[in-house]
Amino acid sequence: MSGTANPGAARDHARAMAGTVVEAMPILPPRADDLPAGVAPHDLIWEETIAAGGYASRVVARGTRLRLVDVGGDACASLLLFNAAMPTERLNVADTVKVQWNAYLGEGSLLLSDMGRALASLERDEAGTHDAFCGPSNEASNRRRYGEGRNSGDFPNARDRLILGGAKQGLTRRDVHPSVTLFKGVRIAPDGAVEPDLGPFAPGRTVVLRAEMDLVVVLANCPHVLDPRGWSVTPLRVTAWRGPVTSEDDTIRTSTPERTRAFLNTEDYLRR
Amino acid sequence: MSDDPHLAGLAGTIVHDEIVPARAPWRHLVRAGETLRIVDTHGNQAVDFLLYAAADDAERYSAQDTIAAQANIFLREGTMLLSNEGRAMMTIAATSVDYHDTIGGACSCESNTLRYGHHTKAQHACVDNFLEANLRDGRGKRDMVSNINFFMNVPVEADGTLGIVDGISAPGLTVDLRADMDVIVVVSNCPQINNPCNGFDPTPVRMVVAA
Repeated sequence: MSGTANPGAARDHARAMAGTVVEAMPILPPRADDLPAGVAPHDLIWEETIAAGGYASRVVARGTRLRLVDVGGDACASLLLFNAAMPTERLNVADTVKVQWNAYLGEGSLLLSDMGRALASLERDEAGTHDAFCGPSNEASNRRRYGEGRNSGDFPNARDRLILGGAKQGLTRRDVHPSVTLFKGVRIAPDGAVEPDLGPFAPGRTVVLRAEMDLVVVLANCPHVLDPRGWSVTPLRVTAWRGPVTSEDDTIRTSTPERTRAFLNTEDYLRR
Repeated sequence: MSDDPHLAGLAGTIVHDEIVPARAPWRHLVRAGETLRIVDTHGNQAVDFLLYAAADDAERYSAQDTIAAQANIFLREGTMLLSNEGRAMMTIAATSVDYHDTIGGACSCESNTLRYGHHTKAQHACVDNFLEANLRDGRGKRDMVSNINFFMNVPVEADGTLGIVDGISAPGLTVDLRADMDVIVVVSNCPQINNPCNGFDPTPVRMVVAA
């Protein structure tokens, strides 16, 4: 007789799994032994390692710091952001590069919404290799490259992961907009050519985002759409903690007139 | 054979021919196999452009898929305009302008406040045109994604500096788009007056469909 032949045995079998630790999993309650100086452990709100090919989504409050760590040097973080109170407002990649007059995200960049507001700031960036142009892989691109791209297969694609992550916050296919990709970079040549810079890189590169309003964050961790290798990606660690709302003299806020006005617009929206 | 220079080289029977006034939206169903010619009648008039699959409008133009597939940000003759499902929606069959933009997005009242100041909030903008046209089909704000800007010039310099600069189009230049599936074309004839995308003077464009 098997160990799961009746409900009681099946219950024992299931409960015997408790306490199993794997690399890619959430830690509940969150625990991290490497929080920055000045961050109190009780302000930690999220600690999770997203699997190679995995995804996660969550609502975070204004002021939250969201730290992403490329623990193995080959993570590829596709990111969507939504205004949690009104998700039709969301990341606008075109406005993000156009308004800031620059194609490349880096420390001090804002991620802007389609409503002219700051959604998040790139408060710290050790990577410097990010991509606002190519977007996520999809089922068709993975099928061409790997012969397979479904969620249920061995080579899931970033877009379908973003769709699932969004769906778990009540969003649909229509809500999945152009994304930014963190840790995998591209440069644009004078003739318009997209030149990928995909690593793998040194392990442990870190990016810290600061939420400038309450956000729905959706992350997928699948190979970059232009990665010529076999399906290759390493886990992505996410840590988030509560933090202060951006002050009026913040160096990112005051760095350019466009960024200052983006904060003015966010603050105006939140003025009730 | 017509001696209208705007129609030169356009094969097939004209099934639709319309002037889109300056600053106005436009929406039209183009069937697979038909060709849409956009005529920049006065020169350097940005034509903001979105596509939705007629069979399922959750499938729509994807600037990022289009860029990734050709590993280039500029849209040129031969560029396939891909959907978010990675399928060809239209193909640039011909263009008398060297390249077109798909990274600059659409102007909006809100982004104008960032780029130019809050005094521009009341000015008409492409997002309002896109909304007006899309709302008639039941599509809303969440259905709007990064668009194409035909006849608009957005170079990227070595340090990443990018911007909308003086155009490379001229009066009478055209782009021909062959539909690879039935598509709903949604256009904003850009009303922007704060940058050179329309030469600071929005003008009409002409839309011709040949079957």
